[in-house]
Amino acid sequence: MEQFLQQIASGLANGAIYACVALALVMIYVSTDHINFAQGELAMFSTYISWQLMSWGAEFWVAFAVAVVFSFVMGVTIERVILRPLHNAPVLSIVVVFIGLLAICNSMAGAIWSYLIKEYPSPFPKSSFGIAGVIGPHQLGVVLVTLVVLGLLFVFFRYTSLGLAMRAAAQNPQMARLVGVRVDWMLALGWGLAASVGAVAGTMVAHIVYLDPNMMGGILLYAFASALVGGIGNPGGAVIGGFIVGVLENMVAYAGNQIEKITGVYIIGNGEKLTVALIIVIFVLTVKPAGLFGRVVVKRV
Amino acid sequence: MPAFPKKWLWILLALAFLVPLLQPLLPDVVSNYRLFLVSTMIIAAIAVLGLNLLTGFNGQISLGHSAFYAVGAYTAAILMDKLDMPYYATLPIAAVMCFIVGYLFGLPALKLEGHYLALATFALALSVPQILKYKWLEDLTGGVQGIVLSKPDVPFGLPLNEDQWLYYYCLVVMVLLYWAAANILNSRSGRAMMAIRDQYMAADTMGIDTALYKTVTFGISAAYTGIAGALSASAIAFVAPDSFNFFLSIKFLIGLVVGGVGSLAGSVVGGIFYVLVDNSAQALSTFVKNDLGLQFDLSAYTVFGIILIVLMYLMPMGIVGGVYYLVRSMRSPGAKAREQAALKQRASS
Amino acid sequence: MAALLEVKALKAFYGQTQSLYDVGFAIEDGGITTLLGANGAGKTTTLRAICNMVRTEGSVRFDGKDITGMPTEEIVRLRIGHVPEGRGTFTTLTVGENLRIAAYTRKDKQGVRDELDRVFSYFPRLKERVQQQAGTLSGGEQQMLAIARALMLKPRLMLLDEPSFGLAPLIVVEIFRILRLINEEEGVSILLVEQNAALALDLADTAYVLETGRVVMWGPSAVVKNDENVRKSYLGY
Repeated sequence: MEQFLQQIASGLANGAIYACVALALVMIYVSTDHINFAQGELAMFSTYISWQLMSWGAEFWVAFAVAVVFSFVMGVTIERVILRPLHNAPVLSIVVVFIGLLAICNSMAGAIWSYLIKEYPSPFPKSSFGIAGVIGPHQLGVVLVTLVVLGLLFVFFRYTSLGLAMRAAAQNPQMARLVGVRVDWMLALGWGLAASVGAVAGTMVAHIVYLDPNMMGGILLYAFASALVGGIGNPGGAVIGGFIVGVLENMVAYAGNQIEKITGVYIIGNGEKLTVALIIVIFVLTVKPAGLFGRVVVKRV
Repeated sequence: MPAFPKKWLWILLALAFLVPLLQPLLPDVVSNYRLFLVSTMIIAAIAVLGLNLLTGFNGQISLGHSAFYAVGAYTAAILMDKLDMPYYATLPIAAVMCFIVGYLFGLPALKLEGHYLALATFALALSVPQILKYKWLEDLTGGVQGIVLSKPDVPFGLPLNEDQWLYYYCLVVMVLLYWAAANILNSRSGRAMMAIRDQYMAADTMGIDTALYKTVTFGISAAYTGIAGALSASAIAFVAPDSFNFFLSIKFLIGLVVGGVGSLAGSVVGGIFYVLVDNSAQALSTFVKNDLGLQFDLSAYTVFGIILIVLMYLMPMGIVGGVYYLVRSMRSPGAKAREQAALKQRASS
Repeated sequence: MAALLEVKALKAFYGQTQSLYDVGFAIEDGGITTLLGANGAGKTTTLRAICNMVRTEGSVRFDGKDITGMPTEEIVRLRIGHVPEGRGTFTTLTVGENLRIAAYTRKDKQGVRDELDRVFSYFPRLKERVQQQAGTLSGGEQQMLAIARALMLKPRLMLLDEPSFGLAPLIVVEIFRILRLINEEEGVSILLVEQNAALALDLADTAYVLETGRVVMWGPSAVVKNDENVRKSYLGY
């Protein structure tokens, strides 16, 4: 039973990370209809920035803040410089550009910081943090930090006029222009925010998965699964989807473990994590493309 | 897209067949290593050809062709390893196997398009190395260790060395596949494939069985790339799960985009191109370090990434397509504008 | 009175297709002007061209300032309220948010609050539904919301694209009554595009008739109303 609770708790911690990355994906998706394949690599790159600062002696939270701001600037720049001119390009071009970004981020990180796996510290105090036997201090910290970030984003989008303008620009860009919203900048801002949220996810997960240029591959895939489960285009859904998928992932591994224990037959375990994500992605896309909380979008012909 | 002038095709082909025979005359220029390199280029060209059939001619985006390449390579490797099958016999079986896998993946893909299909195939590419390591398949796949094979033997006592033979073997396979692809595209079915890409709704209402064409194209495309995978298993004489990661799909994408989306000849150029860059990366990295004095390990993927992005701005039709249009527009001003308008229309539909 | 909006030799293009050839008119400060014409005559395009939402050539001057080629969002900031074709509702936002976003460019918070009260006095129905998702409003309510949104800018000029489209006659009468009020009480100039020519000519003081992207006739509404061609083509008697 304790093990079961542990699995749920660590599923929630993973889910918090997926929720962040999924939210970043959704933020870009709702405003541009693009699926950002480079989201994970951008987050990874930001995490390296924070690692570099810490290796130069910065405090964790200082490095964290700088990485988040850096990511914001990077996101805005990428949107303005690279994606803006391709505004009306065919889907294939956009996908290719994202893959290009992915390749560049990944190989640059490898070139600058090498492909050797690095330890990444946890900012959360070891003692008297966490609930003994159920959730460790870092996992609890991750959940708390992501909840704070999600809360801040919620307040920003719900109650500030800039957040409202961003939502309006995403929903009906032409009309947003007609009320004086600088739509182009809103898209860039959305990119910046998405990159920042990704950076939070990266800095939180790096302690768990260790820092290396390929650390976000699997996480991105799970984030895609989360966004799809929640209904891509629905920020709240993406967050809930993240937690669902995080717990589900651990439950599948847990169930596989139990089955092996009882029957001695190995069916599924940690080695099949990505396969599980693949199955979720394909299943949701083909069976319930609107996800659990998404609206069905009628396709224009 | 440009139909490559037939005359040139024959001349190139004749040259390609003659090159290894020059080895005794020019041992330094036509080295065994270079022949092997060209063989891998040919294999790459076949893989890109497969991707182009699907993405370029049928309009279905795939980031997951590394998966089909893996299936082809592993099918061939397992057949050779477990059943002692001769390497040439593995090709048709790998092709059929990949056709089936591709066809099956094409079924759910029917419901997806654009970004979503890219996403589904992206997920496929990411998870394939893991699937290959699955415990139940370990007996067959050798798990993380992979399978070690031996290089193809030279048959009939031909006076060729291993690399020369491999070169001819790959070349013949490619010529056959290229010829088959050209014929498919020139047929009624080929036109249907392209009609689906250009005007999906119209194709559907005209009575083209779009679902059938799309899934079969997926199968054929996977089979082509799978054959390339099977050839590579023979050529490299080794398969291991982590060599079929997502970055392999990026290479195919580079080949597709550089050569030209929707160009057969371009696929060959694209395949050659990515192998070249991949192989020059080391030299490039040394150049950056020693000659430019930067403490920086420039990898092939940085170059690939930059090329992908820059090409989308400058020559969205790829190098072959771009050069073709350049030549055309120099011949008749205005033709370029018209073609680009047609292109835009195609892209937006 | 000086001309608030002056349009000269306006051409507009959708891709390769030209849809305005030579449109010119002037709107006097405080006046109501209407553009009449058949479907495809270029009425909507003219409004879109003023706000630079299509590719345009020619000259558009607002309050003496050349605004040709300025980005749409900057033109709007000069306080030109555009009530677009199809109402342009932000369907996933609430009614309140639709109104708040419309005052996005205004910095005077008190002024915005006053504006909101004024808007609600014109359209009490919107006040009742302020928390409701705007996409769930009826057509008439969405039209009211669109006008209310334009008012939140405290506009000097309002561009209205077929405010009567698809609405029940009683609601149309109500909306036109409010438009007259807005014009008279707040001094907002109005450029109105309407299919319903009789209604438009009653409200407007000046009318222009467009045919295939050109102005073919203009004058005071009373004069245009009595023109035989206009009567036959647009008024139906």
